[in-house]
Amino acid sequence: MLRYSKIFVFLLCLWPLYSIIYQIFYNNLGAEPVDKIINHFGEWTLIFIFLTLSMSPLKKITNSLIWIKFRRMLGLFVFFYASIHMLSYVGLDYRFDFEPLINDVLKKKFIFIGFSAWLLLIPLAITSSDKMVKILKHNWKKIHRLIYVIGIFGVLHFIWLSKTIFFKPLIFLVILIILLLFRVNFKKLSSKV
Amino acid sequence: MKISNTQITPEKFYKNRRKFIKQLGLASSAFYFAPTLFSTANASNKLTEYKYITTYNNYYEFGTGKNHPVERSQNFITDPWSITIDGEVDKKITLSMDDIKKMFPVEERIYRLRCVEGWSMVIPWLGFPLNKLLKKANPTSKAKFVRFESILDPEQMIGQRYPILDWPYKEGLRIDEAMHPLTIMVTGLYGKELPNQNGSPIRLMVPWKYGFKSAKAIVRISFVEKMPISSWMKASPREYGFYSNVNPNVDHPRWSQATERVIGEGIMSPRIPTLMFNGYEEEVAHLYKDMDLRKYY
Repeated sequence: MLRYSKIFVFLLCLWPLYSIIYQIFYNNLGAEPVDKIINHFGEWTLIFIFLTLSMSPLKKITNSLIWIKFRRMLGLFVFFYASIHMLSYVGLDYRFDFEPLINDVLKKKFIFIGFSAWLLLIPLAITSSDKMVKILKHNWKKIHRLIYVIGIFGVLHFIWLSKTIFFKPLIFLVILIILLLFRVNFKKLSSKV
Repeated sequence: MKISNTQITPEKFYKNRRKFIKQLGLASSAFYFAPTLFSTANASNKLTEYKYITTYNNYYEFGTGKNHPVERSQNFITDPWSITIDGEVDKKITLSMDDIKKMFPVEERIYRLRCVEGWSMVIPWLGFPLNKLLKKANPTSKAKFVRFESILDPEQMIGQRYPILDWPYKEGLRIDEAMHPLTIMVTGLYGKELPNQNGSPIRLMVPWKYGFKSAKAIVRISFVEKMPISSWMKASPREYGFYSNVNPNVDHPRWSQATERVIGEGIMSPRIPTLMFNGYEEEVAHLYKDMDLRKYY
């Protein structure tokens, strides 16, 4: 049963890819197709970060362990879409012309932080297997807390590239804050006070 | 240098342009399309399709999405409409759109529009030089700048119900910039009435500056002594300067301005280099002689 639901979720997670291929095929990308493709994968990367971060709160709320079974797959999709997002920027927009790209990474803070977020995803992707969990033991958990940093960097990347925070970047920021607040142990905090 | 209309006109209905212009009793002023742009037969000199010009807009009064203006502005009421010219003038005047249409015959100007976000379009505007309008009011010797104010109407403009910008939208030019023959007031495009999403019934167009300088739906023009603070300057002074001349050598803090994407081209077409003063260097560079354009961005 779990196997089938995993296959189903996997196919569902490919939705952003189908939809963009469909739009490319039907020439439906509008006035600025390159920009649209980059933004499409950027937004979906953030959505997948949020989905990944939702699994443990859902576990607590529903008292069911099932959610955690999907967390690794969702996390790997974050890496997958973040990589396509970056590749479409490097390849489609800048034609692999690295000189202006390096200039961008160093000079533009939103690119710098976005690129940093992608770099931080690499160790998470590499250490995602069961084998790595066993090898790294309690360190695994520490490493994978990086996802909080990545989430913050990702949302900052979105806010900084937008001309105004209204409204999508603001909505994304609020969702991130809510998801991070689930991680704060208020009981522990209040007992300290 | 002149270019034949068929070469730069993708629109079918637009084949009648010459006829249309003759009907208006005007000569084609394709001359104003900076000659440097014609020096190479390049895809970037092609007129942008009507559908992109009218569906891909930045007009935050109707929302921050590019699709919002076309979706939300169709019921916007632009009649009756009038513009008041006030401030440092001998006598304040108010002109209705009917007055304006009678007083100033429109001519066609094909300009490149370069957005600060790094994209550009080539648009056949219909309009008249702003200096003709400004000359109707007699500015006093104190007048050094011209301040433009767009309409404030949160009832009709959903974006104005939120503090996205300092409403109403404000922009400004130095007097010599405002009087320059390339600076026009626009009332139409592609031989048609100006669509609501493009700033109907009347907007500014300053082709050598980033698009946001060209305020839409203008109701008030004031001569002022001190440099006006535009809505974007107020939102982020470090990012949006008063001059905001198109300049590939001065980056926006967040975006490189060296290149631009041409609207309406496919995913495989590359960025093109951005030209100094958006290609109008010959006509306007003298306005900024001896000015450090890095400082006065």
